[in-house]
Amino acid sequence: MNFDDTPQEAAFRAEVRAWIDANAPTHLLEGLRSSGFGGLNLEGADPITLSKNWQKKKAEAGWACLHWPKEYGGRGATPIERVIWGQEEGPYGALGGVFIIGHGMCGPTMMAFAAEEHKRRYLPPLAAGEEIWCQLFSEPAGGSDLAGLRTRAEPASDGSGDWIINGQKIWTSGAHYSDYGILITRTDPTVPKHKGMTMFFLDMHSPGIEIRPIKQANGQSGFNEVYFTDVRIPDGQRLGAVGDGWKVSLTTLMNERLSIGSGMSTGFPELFDLCCRIETQNGLAVDDPAVRSKLATWAVRTTGLKYTGFRALSALSRGEIPGPENSIGKLVAGPTMQEIAMFAEDLQGQAGVISDPDIAAANGRFQAMLMRSPATRVEGGTDEILRNIIAERVLGLPADIRVDKDVPFNMIPTSGRA
Amino acid sequence: MNFEFSDEQKQMATQARRYLADKCPSTAVRAILEGPEPYDKALWKGLAEMGFLGVVIPEEYGGLGLGYLELCVIAEELGRALAPVPFSSSVMLATEFLLAAGSDAQKRAWLPRLASGDAIGTFAYAEKAGAVTPKTIQLSAANNRLNGAKTAVPDGDIADFAVVAARTGTSISLYLVDLSAAGVTRTTLDTIDPSRSHARIDFADAAAEPLGAPGEGLRLISEVFDRAAVLTAFEQIGGADRTLEMARDYALERMAFGRPIGSFQAIKHMLADMYVSATLARSNGCYGAWALSTGAAELPEAAATARVSATQAFQHCAKNNIQVHGGMGFTWAFDCHLFYRRSNLLSVNLGSLSQWEDTLIQRLRARNTAA
Ligand SMILES: Cc1cc2nc3c(=O)[nH]c(=O)nc-3n(C[C@H](O)[C@H](O)[C@H](O)COP(=O)(O)OP(=O)(O)OC[C@H]3O[C@@H](n4cnc5c(N)ncnc54)[C@H](O)[C@@H]3O)c2cc1C
Repeated sequence: MNFDDTPQEAAFRAEVRAWIDANAPTHLLEGLRSSGFGGLNLEGADPITLSKNWQKKKAEAGWACLHWPKEYGGRGATPIERVIWGQEEGPYGALGGVFIIGHGMCGPTMMAFAAEEHKRRYLPPLAAGEEIWCQLFSEPAGGSDLAGLRTRAEPASDGSGDWIINGQKIWTSGAHYSDYGILITRTDPTVPKHKGMTMFFLDMHSPGIEIRPIKQANGQSGFNEVYFTDVRIPDGQRLGAVGDGWKVSLTTLMNERLSIGSGMSTGFPELFDLCCRIETQNGLAVDDPAVRSKLATWAVRTTGLKYTGFRALSALSRGEIPGPENSIGKLVAGPTMQEIAMFAEDLQGQAGVISDPDIAAANGRFQAMLMRSPATRVEGGTDEILRNIIAERVLGLPADIRVDKDVPFNMIPTSGRA
Repeated sequence: MNFEFSDEQKQMATQARRYLADKCPSTAVRAILEGPEPYDKALWKGLAEMGFLGVVIPEEYGGLGLGYLELCVIAEELGRALAPVPFSSSVMLATEFLLAAGSDAQKRAWLPRLASGDAIGTFAYAEKAGAVTPKTIQLSAANNRLNGAKTAVPDGDIADFAVVAARTGTSISLYLVDLSAAGVTRTTLDTIDPSRSHARIDFADAAAEPLGAPGEGLRLISEVFDRAAVLTAFEQIGGADRTLEMARDYALERMAFGRPIGSFQAIKHMLADMYVSATLARSNGCYGAWALSTGAAELPEAAATARVSATQAFQHCAKNNIQVHGGMGFTWAFDCHLFYRRSNLLSVNLGSLSQWEDTLIQRLRARNTAA
């Protein structure tokens, strides 16, 4: 057990640090540091442009998607080197937000299932941030129950071998600024639901795609409805075999939990800082035993997650494949962030309602956290689905009883009130 | 960076687990819980022969001279097995006090006997219900004589000597007392977990020798408690893991409404939450173990972190283990209550959860201010 860098790790860290010192957009640092949850404070500049600029610069110097193979735009770095990079990149890492889905989920899925020529064509610009990708999975009929999806892919009648897509996706983050997406569809409604799906990737500028932003509960618009009307996809863009979409999607979802869950913020450092500055009826909040007791619980959850990540990393370095136990990250961080945000509001008393970053304590970060955290507990697998995963896949408990399991998809009832 | 125990340490854990599976099944724990013996003497002797009582004691004092990571893995196995032996008192506290403050003569007198299991040591601290503070320590020392009483002293009835926190004027000092000396009276107490013995000890002009410099008591206690907190955390982690396994196994076996109870989401989600607590506790424990074994400056906060997390996890897992077992969980015959008892015993060993929570935040604050 050793926390210190090995000599190679230390040399790598020094190299990273020197490069970041020489190249990072230092003028953005203060804004990035004070950025809230769900939005970047960049003084009105376009976050996508700034994010793309930074990503491009990193890519040119070989610092993009470090763990990817070199031929696909990465560096072939070890898992530990990737963590060291993350530690050194610090607040600038927030500029990578728009690429998380592409780098964390679409990229790995492409890497596992796309044809070689496609990997060489699409992965390097994805790594370099030149092209942004989105994930077209959830539908009105099914988020948790992803396999309940209804968007159809049918062979084109012209004999070209192309596929014609009709249907609707929902909650698609970043669809409005994405260039490509991975799309899961139903190709055979006459077989049980997990068996009749097929995965593709597609150009988001294809004719027949209509994107409508959805206004979120927190007022922002990060996700969209995406409608498909006779959208054509060449068969060469199929990922995996026809009918194997479920299997392909599991690769994406496992990577999703890894990339969303690891290193997730709980808001504890921000809360601790607030408690050192704000008064309760018993004096400074951090001196109030009732406050301390709550803080301690959130503190140990935060460090516990951090070191769980380190343990996973050690296992990864030994060559172990990351498994369902990684579901723990988001399951702990999401609810903790929400509890922390609520408590921070409580500490601020009446003024806790103010969300204006220029006036509110901590630049309104807690108010932003309060309004964003419900989404964290839903996106990429709800708390309940993550508990199911831990119970079934880590602890080996029986799967939920599924009344729709062996029924052909087109015979499954669609309304709970029927 | 590497955040795992080494292969040798894992081997040591396996060896301890095998040994305990053989020598310390739950029938052995019950024998102590239900019978007149205060601890399992044969097991204690056996652990000594394996070298487990002197893991960190230097070889010149009869120990193995290994590090704290080794001791952590042993503590975890003892926690899993609910070993009914005075390990926490003798190894985690008495030994640590001697290593931290003992004179060479004191070390020579006691460490070899602690390592061989021929002597048992303990620490006598609390005097009444409530948090122990410098004010509540009323037992006084003058001219190397102690007067006063200590309560709920772990293994106080079986220990050969105790390290005693005593008032010396306005400060607190530590004394080493031979418990067979004149003026010492011990009374075994009924407790929530009779598999680990506790006693009241009365001192009437009992002879004592100073341990460490006068007035250094609080500093030494804090230092030793941090070390013991990490070790106890591993004992608790062992218990949390074992109760999670018991609950999982029962959930797979027990049928209700025509299906295993483990197929009900209420049970699955309860078990998932137990897994989360146990996992966070283990990760925090590793942080503590690293700090303890390397003497890192972060030890005070790492120890408090490990301690808070492990106490929460063991209590959480032990109580829900009973819930998963239903009515069976509340029978004397099932082992659930053994773990429930132990989890609640360990939760106040070395100071309560709320005190450790408070300590953790004080320490984080001190570090933030210093930074
Ligand atoms: C901010 C945000 C961004 C998102 N981005 C994307 C994206 O980019 N691409 C994409 O494809 N999707 C995205 N999603 C969608 C997200 O994956 C789904 O919302 C999520 O999986 C939940 O599905 P649902 O909304 O249909 O809720 P439902 O599945 O209807 O869930 C409703 C409630 O029922 C519970 N529930 C459902 N099934 C079970 C079960 N088997 N056991 C116990 N409880 C159950 C849930 O836990 C939840 O509490 C995003 C969502 C959010 C909030």
